[in-house]
Amino acid sequence: MKISFIINGSTKSVEVSDGNAPLLWSIRDGLDLKGTKFGCGKAACGACTIHVDDMAVRSCSYPVKMAEGKKITTIEGLSQEGNLHPVQQAWKEEVVPQCGYCQPGFMMATAAMLKEIPNPTDQDIDDNIINVCRCATYYRMRKAIHRAAAINSKNL
Amino acid sequence: MKSINVLYVIIFLAIGILSVSFATQGNSYYALGSLSSDGSSESFDKMMSVLMHKRCVNCHPAGDIPLQGEDSHLHNFNISRGKDDHGLSGYQCGTCHQKENNNYSGVPGAPEWALAPLEMAWEGKTRVEIATQMMDPTRNGNRSHDEILKHLTEHKLVLWAWDPGVDAEGTPREKPPVPKMEYIAAVKQWIADGAIIPEN
Repeated sequence: MKISFIINGSTKSVEVSDGNAPLLWSIRDGLDLKGTKFGCGKAACGACTIHVDDMAVRSCSYPVKMAEGKKITTIEGLSQEGNLHPVQQAWKEEVVPQCGYCQPGFMMATAAMLKEIPNPTDQDIDDNIINVCRCATYYRMRKAIHRAAAINSKNL
Repeated sequence: MKSINVLYVIIFLAIGILSVSFATQGNSYYALGSLSSDGSSESFDKMMSVLMHKRCVNCHPAGDIPLQGEDSHLHNFNISRGKDDHGLSGYQCGTCHQKENNNYSGVPGAPEWALAPLEMAWEGKTRVEIATQMMDPTRNGNRSHDEILKHLTEHKLVLWAWDPGVDAEGTPREKPPVPKMEYIAAVKQWIADGAIIPEN
C-alpha cells in the first residue's frame, strides 16, 4: 500500500504492508527522519508528538493510512528557511535539554499549544503540556515556553 | 345571570387551557407509572442495561475529566473536556484518539470522539434519571425522539461500544451486556411504544 503526504513541505510516499502501522515507523524508518522519538508506544509519554494538519498528534498511535494527503510537520520541519522556530530558540536560550530524548515531542507540543494559546499561563502549560520527561526538565521547559511566547509576540 | 355563568365557564376554560400550555412548555420529561403496549419493560430494561454500561458512561462523566478503563477511573494525564468537550485547545481528544481503534497502541477511536456535554452527564445516576434526562429536550441538546433514536442506534461513536478494540496490553475491552442488534431493536421498540419511562 502506497501512502502519500506532505512532510516538512515536501511531498513524500511510503510503501507499507499494513496501513494500520504507526505513522511514526514510516517517519523514522521509511523516511529516515530520526528526530521524532519512540517512547511508550501507547500515546502516553508524548515523545512521538508531531503535527498533522497543524494539530499535535501522537504518531505512535496514528495509523499511517490516515496520513494520506495530510500535511505533516516533524521537529526537522519546525524551523523555517534556516531560522529557528521561537520554541527552538527559547529551548536553546534556556538550555532546556538534559538527555534530550523527549525534547522534540515537548517542542512540537509547545508549538501546537502556542498557536492556540499565544500567551499561556502556568496553568495553561500544566493543562496542555502533558508529555513526560524522565530527566525532569519541567522547570526549564516552563521558562522556555514563556520565553517562546515572548519571542512570538516580540515582547523581548 | 345567564351571561355571568357563561363568562365564568369561559374564564374557567381559559385558565385550564393556559395551565396545560404552561405545563407542556417546561419541556420536562416525566417518568410514568405505565409501561410499553404489552405491559412489560423488557425493551427499556435492555436499552438501559447498555446505556448504564461503562462503554457509555465513561464518556458521560459527571465532571470535566473523562473516565476510562474497565474500572472507570479518571482519565490519565490530567485530561479535561475543555470548552467544546473535545479536549483542551492545545491538546485535543484527537491528539491520541483517531477515527478508529488502534490495536498497536491500544488507544480506542471512533468518529467524533468527544465527551458528552456536562448537562448530559450520566455518571452516578439511576436508569430512570438517565432516561428522563435523555428524553428532556432542555437537557439532551434539544433532540426530538427521532433524533435520540438516531443517536442511540446509528451514531458510530455510540455503536463503537460493540467494537471497543483492545487496551494497551492487548486485552479486549468489555462490550455491553446486550448484543448490538438486540439493543437496537429494543431502543426502536421502546421509542415506538411511546418512550415511556417506568417509575423505577
